[in-house]
Amino acid sequence: MPVVMDGDRMGRTLTRIAHEILERNRGVEELALVGIRRRGVPLAKRIAAIIKDINHHEVPTGALDITLYRDDLMRHAVGHQPVVGRTDIPFSIDDRRILLVDDVLYTGRTIRAALDALIEFGRPKSIQLVVLVDRGHRELPIKADYVGKNLPTALSQSVQVHLTETDGRDEVEIQE
Amino acid sequence: MKKDLLGIDDLSRLDIYRLLETAEAMREIGERPIKKVPTLRGKTVVNLFYEPSTRTRTSFEIAEKRLSADTLNIAVQSSSVLKGETLADTAMNIEAMSPDMIVLRHASSGACHLLSRICRSRIINAGDGMHEHPTQALLDAFTIRQHKKTIEGLKVVIIGDLLHSRVLRSNVLLLTKLGADVWVSGPPTLVPRGIEQMGVRVTTSVDDAVADADVIMMLRIQQERMQGAYFPSLREYFNLFGMTVERIARAKPDVIIMHPGPMNRGVEIASEVADGPYSVILEQVANGVAVRMAVLYLLAGGVEDEAAA
Repeated sequence: MPVVMDGDRMGRTLTRIAHEILERNRGVEELALVGIRRRGVPLAKRIAAIIKDINHHEVPTGALDITLYRDDLMRHAVGHQPVVGRTDIPFSIDDRRILLVDDVLYTGRTIRAALDALIEFGRPKSIQLVVLVDRGHRELPIKADYVGKNLPTALSQSVQVHLTETDGRDEVEIQE
Repeated sequence: MKKDLLGIDDLSRLDIYRLLETAEAMREIGERPIKKVPTLRGKTVVNLFYEPSTRTRTSFEIAEKRLSADTLNIAVQSSSVLKGETLADTAMNIEAMSPDMIVLRHASSGACHLLSRICRSRIINAGDGMHEHPTQALLDAFTIRQHKKTIEGLKVVIIGDLLHSRVLRSNVLLLTKLGADVWVSGPPTLVPRGIEQMGVRVTTSVDDAVADADVIMMLRIQQERMQGAYFPSLREYFNLFGMTVERIARAKPDVIIMHPGPMNRGVEIASEVADGPYSVILEQVANGVAVRMAVLYLLAGGVEDEAAA
C-alpha cells in the first residue's frame, strides 16, 4: 500500500492549516471547530491544540455524527443500519465561524449531511470546510476551504487515513 | 435485528447492546433546540392501541416525530373494532394503506405474533396481554446502565404482581441475558408457577429480597386484570409488599427504585419512596423516548435474516 503521508508530514500539514485558519479569520474569538465522526474529531482537537500553541487561545471543539442525516439510509433491503454515534457540541454555534473538519473529502455527500445537521443547532456566521485529504470525484457542488493534500485518485482506489487516536498510527495510504 | 420486535426473547445480547448504544446517541437529540432529525422522513408508522395507555403511546409518538416519521394513532374506542371487526381484519385493512411499521398494544398475549405473520409492515410490540413489553424492559435496562454503568452482576429485585405482568417477563428475559442476579417477590397467589425456570430467585419475603439490592423494581397491582381475590386488602398488601423508606434501608446505599407506571401510591409504593431521592421513575419515562427512537431506527433498516425467514 503506497503511503502518501507519514506522521511527520501530517503534523506539518496540520500546522500549516492552523496558520491558514488564523490568517484568513482575523480574530479567533468567533472561531469554533466541529469534527465529523469519527476521524474528523481527533483532527479538530489537534488543530485546536496547534492554534493554542500559536496564540494561547482556546478554540471550542465539538463532535458531529451525521448518520441520521445520510442520504443512503433505508436504501438497502439487507443488512444492519449504520451505527449512530453521539453528537456533542457543548457551545452555541450562533454567530460563530464554524470550521467543519473531516479526514477525506470525496463525493461531498458526508459534508452535505453535516451542513444539514449543523444548521439545526443554530445560525453560524459562516461555515468553512477543513479536510486532510481531497481525493476528488465530487458528486455535489462542495469545495473545501483548507486542504491538507490534494490527492488525485481513481474511483477504484480507496484512501485510508489512520490516526494515532483511532488507529494507533498517523498515516495516509492509498489502497487499490 | 429481525423484521419485527415482538419480545426480548427474540433478541441476542448483541442486539440488546446495539439498541442500548443507539439509544445513548438518540438521547442527545432530545436535548437540542430543534428536537428532530430527518431519518424516517416518508415512513408511515401506525400506533394501534387496543388498551388504554398514556405513557407508552405518547412516548412512541414523540419518538416517531423526532425521527420525522408520519404517525397515525388509532385508539380502539373510536374505531371499527367497536363494530365487531377482528384484529386480523383491522390489520389487513391498515396494511392495505401500506404503512411501514405498526406499533401494537393489545390485551391478548400473542397478538403481535399474529400480526407479524400476516403483515408486511414491521411490527413493534408495545405490550401484549401478559406476555411481553420489550421497549419497557429496554428502557429499564438503559436507565440501570446510566446509574450503574453495567448490568452484569447486579442484584435486581422485582416485587409485586408477577402473575399478570408483561413488564416482569420482558425484564427477567433481558436482565438474565445480560448477567444480572434477578430476584422476584410477591404474594404466593401472584407468583406464576415455574417462574424459577426463567433463572430467577423467588422469595415471599420482601425484606430478604431487598437485602443488598442494587436495583428495586416495583410492579403495579393490576386490578383490571384480576379476576379473583389474590390478597385480602390493598392495605394488607402494602404492609407486606409495599416499598417503604424502612425497607429501602436494607438495600445498598446507592440503590435505585424503579416503577414502570402508572403507580398506585400507597399500594405497591409509598409516596415518600416514589418522590424520594432513590427514585428514578421519571428518568425511566424520559429514557423511553430515546429507547423507542433506537428501536424505530434499527427496525427501519434492512432485514438481516430475510433469506432465512
